[in-house]
Amino acid sequence: MLDLIAPFFERLNDTTGLNFSPFYDSYDWGRLLEGMWVSIKLITAIIAVSLVIGVVGAGAQTSRVRPVRWLVAAYIEVFRNTPPIVQLLFFYFGLGAITPQVDMGGWYEPMIGSFGWAVIAIGIFGGSYNVEIFRSGIEAVPDSTKEAAESLGFSQFKIFVYITLPLAVRICLPALTNNIVSLAKTSSLAYVIAVPEITYSLSGIWSDSVNVPEMMVLLFLYYIVLVAIIARIMSVIEHRLALPGYGQ
Amino acid sequence: MIMSPTETWSPAQPIVSLHGVHKSFGTFEVLKGIDIDVMKGEVVCIIGPSGSGKSTLIRTINGLTPVSKGSVKVEGIEVHDAGLDKLALRRKVGIVFQQYNLFPHRTVLQNVMMAPLLVLKENRKEVEARARALLEKVKLRDKEEAYPAELSGGQQQRVAIARSLCMRPDVMLFDEVTAALDPETVKEVLVTIKDLAGDGMTCMLVTHEMGFAREISDRVYFTDAGRIVESGPPSQIFDKPQDPRTREFLSKVL
Ligand SMILES: Nc1ncnc2c1ncn2[C@@H]1O[C@H](COP(=O)(O)OP(=O)(O)OP(=O)(O)O)[C@@H](O)[C@H]1O
Ligand SMILES: [Mg+2]
Repeated sequence: MLDLIAPFFERLNDTTGLNFSPFYDSYDWGRLLEGMWVSIKLITAIIAVSLVIGVVGAGAQTSRVRPVRWLVAAYIEVFRNTPPIVQLLFFYFGLGAITPQVDMGGWYEPMIGSFGWAVIAIGIFGGSYNVEIFRSGIEAVPDSTKEAAESLGFSQFKIFVYITLPLAVRICLPALTNNIVSLAKTSSLAYVIAVPEITYSLSGIWSDSVNVPEMMVLLFLYYIVLVAIIARIMSVIEHRLALPGYGQ
Repeated sequence: MIMSPTETWSPAQPIVSLHGVHKSFGTFEVLKGIDIDVMKGEVVCIIGPSGSGKSTLIRTINGLTPVSKGSVKVEGIEVHDAGLDKLALRRKVGIVFQQYNLFPHRTVLQNVMMAPLLVLKENRKEVEARARALLEKVKLRDKEEAYPAELSGGQQQRVAIARSLCMRPDVMLFDEVTAALDPETVKEVLVTIKDLAGDGMTCMLVTHEMGFAREISDRVYFTDAGRIVESGPPSQIFDKPQDPRTREFLSKVL
């Protein structure tokens, strides 16, 4: 791959001074691929965590136990009304400092690394939005449908899993897509705690090769393509889940 | 552990029996002492003006609406016991609603199979065979792969009936199941219910279809303002109503 494009980008650099070093220098190429790979892993993990929190939180909000509902409400208030970067720094430097170190046979490493903290912090941040999104979907499921399931002997838990949730997901999919895209973008904040994702690796390249504008362009392109792919995936899911004749 | 009272119930006793049932929503008393006994295989209709508490009454029988006072028993099981095994009750009692309430994200066949599979954890092959037979019975075999929103109201209501029957209930409750239907499709649903009654199913119906009530019922209950005003065989209620309220109601609807 690199062999194929390297001559072109080398010539581009020689003739115009536009230095896309990752496209001809194999070391920078490796850094770019690694950054993209870490970024995708990071985004996937963040989305997964945020979805689990969203479903569990929204389920907990329908709980009959009042303190449980208060807890969820407090969580949403805190994480929606503070900047995600502050949350990230709080988790990494605040909680990171008090989490135990693990003996790696001679040296010690923190139990949760910067990648882990980024997933936890941004996942929890995104989850606070997902709880609200799922809740609005859950509230839109008619009581009469749930009552029919109850009359057929479904337990509250089975009603939630087999009736409420599948319908709620369909209702809130557009809002969910927005939040997932926004989380993918927010993942770049992990840069500030040195998670070697795309922003971080490109910053490594531009400080070595002094090609900030070119790498910035690359970074923009990366996110544009990524967001387009996510939007496409979500629209395929939306299409797949669409019910013939329903909601039209 | 609560001893299962089913063992003490015999088919010679009422399969459904309500005694002194009261229900209030806040300070508003909707049911003011209802007594009804239904024997196995009987078909009873409950008629009465809007707001008289018919839906509330029928919903107390499968425990959807808790009673404030009184006793509701199905096959000897007290429905409103704190320690009631809800599942045991709901296997015995099926209910069909005015608005069908099918599961919109499942096909017709899945709608019918879902409860026996998930709730009773029955064998899939057996459930599928039973579901197909029921769909055959309600004349919807060709629609088994359709989604509810692709069906007419009458078709959806027949699926709802099949869905309830697939749990093999002993008693079926119908709450104005034709009220939301076009006049042409009312008949197909009534025919289904009539077949069911003909097969010996115990049925309790709330209905505004007076002709149907007269034709199908063993007994008719006329309710007004939370009380049973009058009850008896359809010939008596429709032809020789005793109470002026019954007469007034019938003169409006007939
Ligand atoms: N969950 C509830 N909370 C408060 N009031 C209720 C509730 N359910 C029913 N009611 C009231 O109880 C009364 C009886 O209602 P119900 O639905 O049982 O009447 P109905 O005889 O079925 O009427 P219709 O023929 O219109 O269906 C009505 O005045 C209704 O407003
Ligand atoms: Mg009603």
